[in-house]
Amino acid sequence: MAQATGITLLSRINNSANALGLLFMLPAAAILLVFLTYPLGLGLWLGLTDTKIGRGGEFIGLDNYRSLFNDSVFWLSVFNTVVYTGIASVFKFFLGLWLALLLNENIRFKSFMRAILLLPWIVPTTLSAIAFWWIYDSQFSIISWVLVKMGLIDKYINFLGDGWNARFSVIAANIWRGIPFVAISLLAGLQTISPSLYEAATIDGASRWQLFRHVTYPLLTPIIAIVMTFSVLFTFTDFQLIYVITRGGPVNATHLMATLSFQRAIPGGQLAEGAAIAMAMVPFLVAAILISFFGLQRRKWQQGTKD
Amino acid sequence: MNDAMPTGPGAGHSEGGMDYLMSARRKLVTVYLPLAVFTFVLLFPFYWMTITTFKGKEDLYDYERNSPFWVANPTLANVKKLLFDTAYPEWLWNTMLVAVTATFISLFASVLAAYAIERLRFKGSRWVGLAIYFAYLVPPSILFIPLATMVFKLQLFDTRWALILTYPTFLIPFCTWLLMGYFRSIPYELEECALIDGATRFQILWKIVLPLAVPGLISAGIFAFTLSWNEFIYALTFVSSSEVKTVPVGVITELVEGDVYHWGSLMAGALFGSIPVAILYSFFVEYYVSGMTGAVKE
Repeated sequence: MAQATGITLLSRINNSANALGLLFMLPAAAILLVFLTYPLGLGLWLGLTDTKIGRGGEFIGLDNYRSLFNDSVFWLSVFNTVVYTGIASVFKFFLGLWLALLLNENIRFKSFMRAILLLPWIVPTTLSAIAFWWIYDSQFSIISWVLVKMGLIDKYINFLGDGWNARFSVIAANIWRGIPFVAISLLAGLQTISPSLYEAATIDGASRWQLFRHVTYPLLTPIIAIVMTFSVLFTFTDFQLIYVITRGGPVNATHLMATLSFQRAIPGGQLAEGAAIAMAMVPFLVAAILISFFGLQRRKWQQGTKD
Repeated sequence: MNDAMPTGPGAGHSEGGMDYLMSARRKLVTVYLPLAVFTFVLLFPFYWMTITTFKGKEDLYDYERNSPFWVANPTLANVKKLLFDTAYPEWLWNTMLVAVTATFISLFASVLAAYAIERLRFKGSRWVGLAIYFAYLVPPSILFIPLATMVFKLQLFDTRWALILTYPTFLIPFCTWLLMGYFRSIPYELEECALIDGATRFQILWKIVLPLAVPGLISAGIFAFTLSWNEFIYALTFVSSSEVKTVPVGVITELVEGDVYHWGSLMAGALFGSIPVAILYSFFVEYYVSGMTGAVKE
């Protein structure tokens, strides 16, 4: 009898999409609920307490946010993050698009080129950041050395010692790392555009710019939207490059919200304050995600397909 | 949308179609020259990393007598220091162990989840699919503080398990999303035939869908492995003893001693930490590219 119910139960699960779906979702859902959804909520809660390392906290309402509001270093980090994300994303987009268009030409060794140009994206960011740190060294920078030899400057550039120099240096490193991702993703999009469209437009007398503006660009927009959402999101929450190259210095000039959050929470021990800074990034992220989401919806509607 | 792999042999066939409209000289200036500049800039840091690794003190700091772009007196001292005087071999082993384990856990969970969402079409599967997409957009830099308190409470602090259990939080959403695209490209008819022949869903997944999705599995696996290898903020926060550190964390925290930077051994650490992923990548470039572009385009 028990065996019979066992069999029927098994076969019922096997035949019910809902029961089987639940079963199949179980491992992924369990891991994500415990280590992603719960920590998100916990982070929100921590931001409302006065937790420190080694000491549980009590609920103190919005006090952390109030003190952050009057904290000039916090606002500097917000400013830095916006500048960092803004400049880096714009450059990554234009240079990435340019590189994608170049690779889409009929060139030799195309797949080889594509493979080696992706290297900055493959190699661990922290490790390539060390190379940049050395390239930006105040006494032995190879960039300064070459520029001095060429007679363009007479004194070594203080790459990481001056606020704005340091900002632009880390932004350059971020652009360097991000270009391959944007380029290769957009290249995949370019390759799906039918050559006959270009032929038709060329017969109609379109110039190369018109070909790009009225054929390539409109067909590429959906992919551009997604690629740039990812790019903006990951640039905004960047941690590694800054941590390795400047640690937020000089005098907090390159602290991003993520590095400040780490600085206050882990070495500083102020877990609650760090969590509050991390949570302050969420509105920006939600805005980016919503833009991407509604962008996608509109695209589906325009194409008239359901999925 | 089963166009996750636009890189097949047919893709490049008609590209040269209008090439005759561009003169050779013009192409040199507008295509090859910019491409050469891009290649130079994107690869120079690696060149710099590599030659610095093999430079001795006199090469490293004296640009006047020895050209900085070449190594006059190559030395293995930096490499020797890295391999024998630091815990680098242990870091390498840890990174490998954590990356492989986290990748397999994530692939297992993702295959089941992607199949359920894409093919079982249970009630609410579309919303679950969307939730997975949003989960991928949650960055580690807002999760690491609460996760650190959890890791501490679960007494996993300073163990490899702290990393093995937290890495799937960004691997599973990515792999699931990628595999959903692959499963979508497998014809329903194959599954229907098997169902009529009396196969269970498990049998269909194991014997029909998975063999057809092998390229997708490789893509997801390679991608997950490199993502784990590159991970930094969790490894920096959840681990503190040298013998459980990963390569990126070990190189950053232990090769930087005070204000005197040993550039030679730092570069050796960076180079030798990059080579394993670079080698793996070189074997699976096509899978990697198709994974990256497929996941973005879905």
